Amino acid sequence: MLLGGAAAGAGFAALTACTARGDDQDASAEAALLAVGADTVPFHGTHQAGVTTDPQAFATFIALTLRDETDREAIRRLLQVLTDDASRLTAGRGALADTEPELAATPARLTVTLGFGPELVRRVAGESALPSWLRPLPAFGIDRLEEKWNDGDLLLHIAADDQVTVAHAARMLLKTARSAATLRWRQSGFRRSRGSEKSGTTMRNLFGQIDGTVNPRPEDDDFPARVWVADGWMAGGTSLVFRRIRMDLDGWDRLDTPGRDQAMGRRQSDGAPLTGEGEFDEPDFEAIGPHGFTVIPDFSHIARARGDDERPTMLRRSYNYDDDVVGAANAGAAGEAAAGDAEISDAGLLFLAYQADVDEGFVPVQRRLDELDLLNQWTTPVGSAVFAIPPGCAEGGFIGETLF
Amino acid sequence: MRTHRTAVVLPALASVALLALTGCSASGASGDPAADAASVITVDDPWVKAAEDGMTSSFGLLENTGEEDVTLVAVESSVSEDIELHQTSDDGSGSMSMEEKEGGFDIAAGDSLELAPGGDHIMFMDFDGPLSAGDSVDITLIFSDDSRLEYDAAIRDFAGADESYSDDEDHDHGDHNDHGDQDDEADHDEDAHAGREGDGGLGDGGQS
Repeated sequence: MLLGGAAAGAGFAALTACTARGDDQDASAEAALLAVGADTVPFHGTHQAGVTTDPQAFATFIALTLRDETDREAIRRLLQVLTDDASRLTAGRGALADTEPELAATPARLTVTLGFGPELVRRVAGESALPSWLRPLPAFGIDRLEEKWNDGDLLLHIAADDQVTVAHAARMLLKTARSAATLRWRQSGFRRSRGSEKSGTTMRNLFGQIDGTVNPRPEDDDFPARVWVADGWMAGGTSLVFRRIRMDLDGWDRLDTPGRDQAMGRRQSDGAPLTGEGEFDEPDFEAIGPHGFTVIPDFSHIARARGDDERPTMLRRSYNYDDDVVGAANAGAAGEAAAGDAEISDAGLLFLAYQADVDEGFVPVQRRLDELDLLNQWTTPVGSAVFAIPPGCAEGGFIGETLF
Repeated sequence: MRTHRTAVVLPALASVALLALTGCSASGASGDPAADAASVITVDDPWVKAAEDGMTSSFGLLENTGEEDVTLVAVESSVSEDIELHQTSDDGSGSMSMEEKEGGFDIAAGDSLELAPGGDHIMFMDFDGPLSAGDSVDITLIFSDDSRLEYDAAIRDFAGADESYSDDEDHDHGDHNDHGDQDDEADHDEDAHAGREGDGGLGDGGQS
């Protein structure tokens, strides 16, 4: 980030050097860039940070499995230390016993959000404390789940606008957790870097589509009821559906623009529904085209996703992934594929949906998409997990304290 | 390079302000010239290395906010009967040696004492364990004017600060060549203490 800032600053200086104000402008442009690294998101509060936070550029999700001997008291200790680590790191300070506190000095809007799988809740408070929705999702016909990407007892969701910051926080939290838990899976994703485009711009996925237009906004009247749990130990918390959705970029390449737009029901160019002019125009699912069919095809993604309820039932907050792939030479050597057929991409979407109740939020939408959605042809869910995201805590408290 | 300076200064200021706000420090009133040592010393971010048994150590930043020099002479805790103040120094052989600090640590007015792995520290020669991360240990600092400052130090897993000892009579650099096959041996020689050829900090944090 420093290099980028310095380079950008230098370019700016060269262009404006002939004016007296050049230095001032240079300094303020540089200050604006550096503010990205210095920016912080408060850790403490009614809700955990990282849910309604304007999504940061980089996110790493780590699912842990509790060790057999990690009992209720060990879980309490773990959550207390994770909370303490997170509150310090998100403020731009090293954690206690941090061997690289220098890496924490650039918080870059770091958030750490903890999620609980059913086993953690059970060990702390017993079966009766389990929310009805805290269980694996129903099996969907389109799923091709791989066990290595599924489930987990404890989720660490670490996000910031700087990848080094994320790496350091992840390492620190894992060091804290390893006496009580083992690593199950780790998945990382990205969006546009901060400052690359106007904040609040709906993300694009790696198919090029604007993804997440129909989303509740925290300022909406019905947002709390849709997203936050109202009662019990989860009051102020929410649920997270985490799906690793593989996207067939090679197959998608073969589909021309009109086909892509029909599959989605929106134009790739600007995200507008096929019946509208702008991204946020309400789609007209009844409009009939010149050939007697609906303009927005019945099999399109947005037609299938829309239920009887016109309001969005979940908060989507996804990240792209584009993982390293084994090269052709290695694939050939391993006998996995002829060198020429080796894949060039392992890419997709880390789909995240938050809602007060999974069975009212994600599940009904996914049932409709599972029955029929043209996009299913190019997308495959390969990982799936559901977590309870407990409420936030005040200073001196810890995440998960309401469960004890 | 100017860029760099700006980037460093901003977070540094932020963290100073935070320290002042979070109050994770222990101290009494300050600024009174007649105040005893315990009331002018602040302790920031105190912690203890987690351990099952054996020895362990405690760290933190002690600051003398008063106008008189003070001397930390002893430490007590309910979990240990045998706590020493230790200093670490380069003994010239390429490894660090650690020994009890005779007379304790002086902290000049306005100055601070950083207790840190690899440096000066509070050493628990034994303790009632295990000390588990997430719990805390009560610590009482005792100063030369007999004033006492009590605080809780958080326990944290930590791979470093792998303490072991050189007995004075054992302080023989000649034995450097014959320890290759003794990785697990608990002979407290100075080689084990150096930790430079260890597991690169990826160990389980257990006590040597």
